[in-house]
Amino acid sequence: MSFMFTVSPGFSPAHLSGWYIFNTWLQKQTELAIHLELHDNFHAQTEAIKNDNVDLIYANSFDAAMLMRDKGFFPLVKAKGKSDEAIIAVNSGNTVEDVAHLEPGTRVAYTDDPDVKMMGMIMLEPADLDATNIESVVANTNILVAKKLLKGDADAGIFLAEAFDDLSKMIKMQLRVLVRSEISDIHHSLMIGPKLLDKREEIQKSLLEMNACDKGLGVLNSLGFDAWEKVEADEIEFMIDLVDALSM
Amino acid sequence: MISDMNPEDIVGEFKEVTLDLYNSVSRKILYTDIETPYPDGKLIVSTTTPEGIIAHVNSAFIQMSGFTEEELIGTPHSILRHPDMPPAAFKDLWNTVIKGDKWQGFVKNLRKDGGFYWVKATVIPNVRQGKVVGFTSVRRKPSRTKVDECTALYPPMF
Repeated sequence: MSFMFTVSPGFSPAHLSGWYIFNTWLQKQTELAIHLELHDNFHAQTEAIKNDNVDLIYANSFDAAMLMRDKGFFPLVKAKGKSDEAIIAVNSGNTVEDVAHLEPGTRVAYTDDPDVKMMGMIMLEPADLDATNIESVVANTNILVAKKLLKGDADAGIFLAEAFDDLSKMIKMQLRVLVRSEISDIHHSLMIGPKLLDKREEIQKSLLEMNACDKGLGVLNSLGFDAWEKVEADEIEFMIDLVDALSM
Repeated sequence: MISDMNPEDIVGEFKEVTLDLYNSVSRKILYTDIETPYPDGKLIVSTTTPEGIIAHVNSAFIQMSGFTEEELIGTPHSILRHPDMPPAAFKDLWNTVIKGDKWQGFVKNLRKDGGFYWVKATVIPNVRQGKVVGFTSVRRKPSRTKVDECTALYPPMF
């Protein structure tokens, strides 16, 4: 029997190969056949979850709510010391110095990542901007959000902070950060589904001990962090309440 | 328990007023006209018990309120109650959340040093196995336009 593993779209492309290496490591540790399926967008991922085609997922906070409450998933671990943050950036030639000075009608580029969009829209509120008075410019990836700004097709861009930091020096030099979120309480979690629940403790233990050997640490580093940290269901419930409050 | 404000903690010239908070508890408030701007990109987060006693605060809460974590945990959330906030706003908040609904509004909060800061606040009930086990309050940066509107709107509500 083969199990399906997926990673929430929107992660930095710099870590793409890292997830394949991680999946190989995980199969060796668990002696289970696990297939890594990366979806191109959130819509495709949501469909896979709806159709019960996901057994293990590195999920964002939006999906964590649905996975726990409707699909019987449990959280295992999160990346130690990492949280999901967003950035509002403009073309470096833009004269706007403060996000509060952006005007209604601003063309805002963003991806379909619901967490990042929500955090970005909150940071636009001091300018009295919301979904009703901005011009949305939807892009498939964070790199394409950057391109929209560089080409002048958008006035401001909402980025996943990690993806922005991983943009090339050349691109970043042509952009300017107006604001970076410091929320700290919103993060991705590796979650396990009903078909794998009997392996929950075993997999969690392997993950928590992963940084103890050089090979495991190398795999973690390819994902952009140094260790996993245990996540309890209570913590996810708290995060779900937080996201619920922020979505209002 | 909630104690009166201490003149030694206050920065700048202050006014004094006694506020009736809850269950016949009153508190001497010392407050100034000094505003602390809400920092960009941050969220102030706290959770309370169903009775409104603070159970958890994040670092932004500590930074903006001026209290230590030890001073905040176990204290009623009304420690932040500013005399310029109309009681009707908090009545509306409680009436809304005890029904299990979310509440959102603009709030002028009191700091330990007598100053204030404006927030856009959202309070939601924490429902676990169908029971309200507490409340989560999330505050974010309000627009200056909304703050100005509320500054004009609130005084006639007393």
